[in-house]
Amino acid sequence: MAVGAADQVMVEVQNLTKYYGNFMAIEDVSFTVRRGDILGFLGPNGSGKTTTMRIATGYLPPTSGTVRIAGYDIQTQSLEARRRIGYLPETVPLYTDMTVEDYLEFMGTLRGMPKQRLRQRINEVIDIVKIHEYRSTHIGKLSKGYRQRTGLAQAILHEPEVLILDEPTIGIDPIQVVETRQLIRELGKEHTIILSTHILPEVSMVCNRVVIIHEGRVVAEDTPANLAERLKGTERIELEVRGPAREVMPLLRSLRGVMDVRRLGEGEPGTYIVESRRGADLREQIAQAIVSKGWGLLKLNPASISLEEIFLRLTVQEEEGG
Amino acid sequence: MRNTLAIAWKETKSYFGSPMAYVIGAVFLALTGYFFVSSISRPFAEATIRGWLLPATFFFVFWAPALTMRLFAEEQKLGTLELLLTAPVHDWEVVLGKFLASVAILVGTLSLTLYYVLLLFWFGDPDVGPLLSGYLGLLLYGSASLAIGLFASSLTSNQIVAAVVGSGLLLLMTLADQAAQIVGGIASRVLEQISLTAHFADFARGVIDTHNVVYYILVTVFVLFLTERNLDSRRWR
Repeated sequence: MAVGAADQVMVEVQNLTKYYGNFMAIEDVSFTVRRGDILGFLGPNGSGKTTTMRIATGYLPPTSGTVRIAGYDIQTQSLEARRRIGYLPETVPLYTDMTVEDYLEFMGTLRGMPKQRLRQRINEVIDIVKIHEYRSTHIGKLSKGYRQRTGLAQAILHEPEVLILDEPTIGIDPIQVVETRQLIRELGKEHTIILSTHILPEVSMVCNRVVIIHEGRVVAEDTPANLAERLKGTERIELEVRGPAREVMPLLRSLRGVMDVRRLGEGEPGTYIVESRRGADLREQIAQAIVSKGWGLLKLNPASISLEEIFLRLTVQEEEGG
Repeated sequence: MRNTLAIAWKETKSYFGSPMAYVIGAVFLALTGYFFVSSISRPFAEATIRGWLLPATFFFVFWAPALTMRLFAEEQKLGTLELLLTAPVHDWEVVLGKFLASVAILVGTLSLTLYYVLLLFWFGDPDVGPLLSGYLGLLLYGSASLAIGLFASSLTSNQIVAAVVGSGLLLLMTLADQAAQIVGGIASRVLEQISLTAHFADFARGVIDTHNVVYYILVTVFVLFLTERNLDSRRWR
């Protein structure tokens, strides 16, 4: 893989929907991650983070929608896509009867690394995650923090272009949490990272972009700084418009006081979420604008859940994490 | 192929890293040894391995699932299956690698029984033909049993359940020819063809019939294919 442009799209998630039987786990999840991004995938427990990650890594198929890793479809060009992913699932997958070194050698071989390079690289990653003194220890005897590091070592072993980390700081002690975050920031210099978490401060410490997911839907996508700004107070209005999406979006954006407009799904009539500063009631203004264009306004109401409400369900304090 | 061998090698090492390989080898030797001794210690006994061949095949009903029970069940329990299935590896490479590791243990165990053959040559004058066909038969029979055990292991994250299901399936396949004698007509013919035991008799007598060889290979390949499908189906649930 040649060195791509800095803004090259590395992960493209489009309209992912997943049902387990009749239970909807995620619906219409879309986001993109560019080269060099550390994307925080933030949501309360049970919001669909793990499902999204499992689909993105090819472990589960989506009910509908696509994921592309560096341009390769995870379903139809699965092996090519999988070669480019380093994955650390939420429950760190380790063979407890193997030594750290043997485990890394096995994983490296499966990723098709040449033997010489693998030897050298094992030393490097053991260096990076700082597990020298345990390299010939059986994994079953390691403490939780060191297991986490071993899992991380496995994920970065083959120098993947995309790193997918599912709750990488869960269940390890506070000092190790700090170290792990430091490490992820370091890794972010060379890898594109998606990191899921339910801990709000983690995102602002580590990530440069955030996607917030709640009850299986993406409710916001922004930088941590902007998000903090929006957290101070926003009003969200949900509307359903029968009209050309290409024109509706710019119109809504052009209205005074509107901070963000997003479209939910591809359906017709389209559903839009309009975000504005708290206290600014834009409903009349929006209705007028749409009706004057001759489009059909089918629904207009305050969105059911505000960002604040979601944040309340996130872990906002360090101590509660894990 | 490299992936298959890497997985096979890892599993084989893991067998020897735990007491499993030793226990399972020792038990096999103890049982076959008993039948071997009792078959040759009679007066005018023949210098053959036939005495322990049939008991050995019946013993596979429990032996094979005990060997294969952890291969997939443990991966599911540890969560490592997620890693294995998201690595750039085909599902069939995973299945084949694990199967080969269990076959390696089978071959290792069978090679220990060559000690019996040495004794036969030392004290008697055995026919080489039935020895070769007997071992070929055991290898084929054992491989089919291991494939069935592996399939059972892919169904669950509980090793005990995997062993019980594997033994149950093998017992059905082993006793199918008994059932064939009870029912009549076409069902009887079908059951006889399915039976693992019915196809073994020729090998024990020293006859290598292509029909029987093909049967065991087909069963093995088909069950491994089912295992691969089952792994894949987890993605569609």
